Amino acid sequence: MTKTSFDVERVRADFPILTREIGSGKQLVYLDSTATAQKPNAVIEAMNEFYRRSNANIHRGVHTLAEESTELYEKGREQVAKFINAASAREVVFTRNTTESINLVAYSWARANLSAGDLIVLTEMEHHSNLVPWQMLAAERDVELAFVPLTGDYLFDMDAFAELLKREPKLVSFTQMSNVLGTITPATEIIRLAHEAGALTLVDGAQSVPHLPVDVQAMDVDFLAFSAHKMVGPSGIGALYGKLELLNSMPPFMGGGDMIKTVHLRSFATNAVPYKFEAGTPAIAEAVGFGAAAEYLSDLGMDAIMAHEHDVTEYALEHLEEIPGVTIFGPSAEKKGGVASFMMDGIHPHDVAQILDRDGIAVRAGHHCAQPLHEQFGVKSTTRASFYIYNTRDEVDRLVEGIYKVKKVFN
Amino acid sequence: MDDLYREVIIERYKMPHYRGHLDPHDIFFEDDNPVCGDHIEITLRVGADGLISEAAFDGHGCSISQASADLLIESIHGKTLDEVKTLTKEDVIELLGIELGPVRLKCALLSLKVLKAGAYGLGVDEVSDDLVE
Repeated sequence: MTKTSFDVERVRADFPILTREIGSGKQLVYLDSTATAQKPNAVIEAMNEFYRRSNANIHRGVHTLAEESTELYEKGREQVAKFINAASAREVVFTRNTTESINLVAYSWARANLSAGDLIVLTEMEHHSNLVPWQMLAAERDVELAFVPLTGDYLFDMDAFAELLKREPKLVSFTQMSNVLGTITPATEIIRLAHEAGALTLVDGAQSVPHLPVDVQAMDVDFLAFSAHKMVGPSGIGALYGKLELLNSMPPFMGGGDMIKTVHLRSFATNAVPYKFEAGTPAIAEAVGFGAAAEYLSDLGMDAIMAHEHDVTEYALEHLEEIPGVTIFGPSAEKKGGVASFMMDGIHPHDVAQILDRDGIAVRAGHHCAQPLHEQFGVKSTTRASFYIYNTRDEVDRLVEGIYKVKKVFN
Repeated sequence: MDDLYREVIIERYKMPHYRGHLDPHDIFFEDDNPVCGDHIEITLRVGADGLISEAAFDGHGCSISQASADLLIESIHGKTLDEVKTLTKEDVIELLGIELGPVRLKCALLSLKVLKAGAYGLGVDEVSDDLVE
């Protein structure tokens, strides 16, 4: 039994959407947080307050609102930096999302530092966002991609990784938590080994940052990419953490306002980090919401969050496994985050999701932007239930009930 | 229990009447729904009189996509290719007899898209959702 001070009912009361009814009076059971998390009042109110009271464009303005907006935007950056324990807020670049953060590294760092024949190591469980940018680079620069496979029990294959490191890759880019399997990778160890082999590291933290305590200094990671919307923050903003000396050494990604120090008709000088990478008016209110989200999760405590999710996930796996005709993909509960991806014999995931929706239960059906992984398992798509801070064992019971209903429709 | 899962849809999904691949055939076409990975292929034989004498579909996907393919294939036996070209999404919705939201509508219309692309003799790159609008 996991004993924590985590009060899930109090958490649920912070999320207005959870009282919503679906269709004919079915209370929403939201099991799709891996796609995007719901938002607490603290985040919604912080953003509303920004628009009601402070809204102005940031930097350079001297009027009160411009000053205030700039301060709030930078406060958001500080809150996010603190959340991942960055040494300095300047190491946090605001982007649109995890995908853009990874693309930033692919376009700026990789195109300045990699050439034909260089090797990038990825894994076979990457989301398309940590796959396609490198495929595009490989096609353009003749850079080689190699993939760490999964072990039979859906874990990062350390032995195969050690073999790949002998080929001296320039970059190891990997997910800290699979959005399909829930597999948690031993990031600190992977990073240590990669560094020993002379490679830089990029961690796709889209799933891990919302669900696990992530400390970039303890991990010694070079780049960490994540999104606000999966950690109870707004959509439209994400972050790239990068070690300061790395960010300083990198050429700009996009050109435009804010990323410059001076501009002449035929030349420009770049602004300091992180502004160098933030061309154009950024998502200002979203940065405020991002900061509020980081505070909200910190107040709950990431260890307590992890313990709560583990409890719900373990309970879910136990009960889903008992249902005849249900096959779950992913490692055992102690090695994974709050994700249960499954197949039902003879029933397409779309149909599963649709029938569950009739009972107010929101799950995702599809390849979850990880087609190669599904190919490996010989399935086109899966149904995925994912669990977060506001989910309960009772909701798992409703999911299980719903799955029995699905079976009844198709039997 | 559920309008969306009328008996005919479940029946056709589990035991389709026209699943298969005709060889030889006069018309063949296949396509995917990139969102969910559903796949449909159709094969047709057209007689000397210009009428479709035999038709079949194959593929995989959800009950809506597979049942609508089966019902659609059934409905075009004895029709001309020109008649097939005039089929619309309303025809498919009528065959299924249910209301569908935008996501599931794509599932339902995949077979019509494939069928019309085949009837028009389109290339793989020429298929678009305009065919079923």
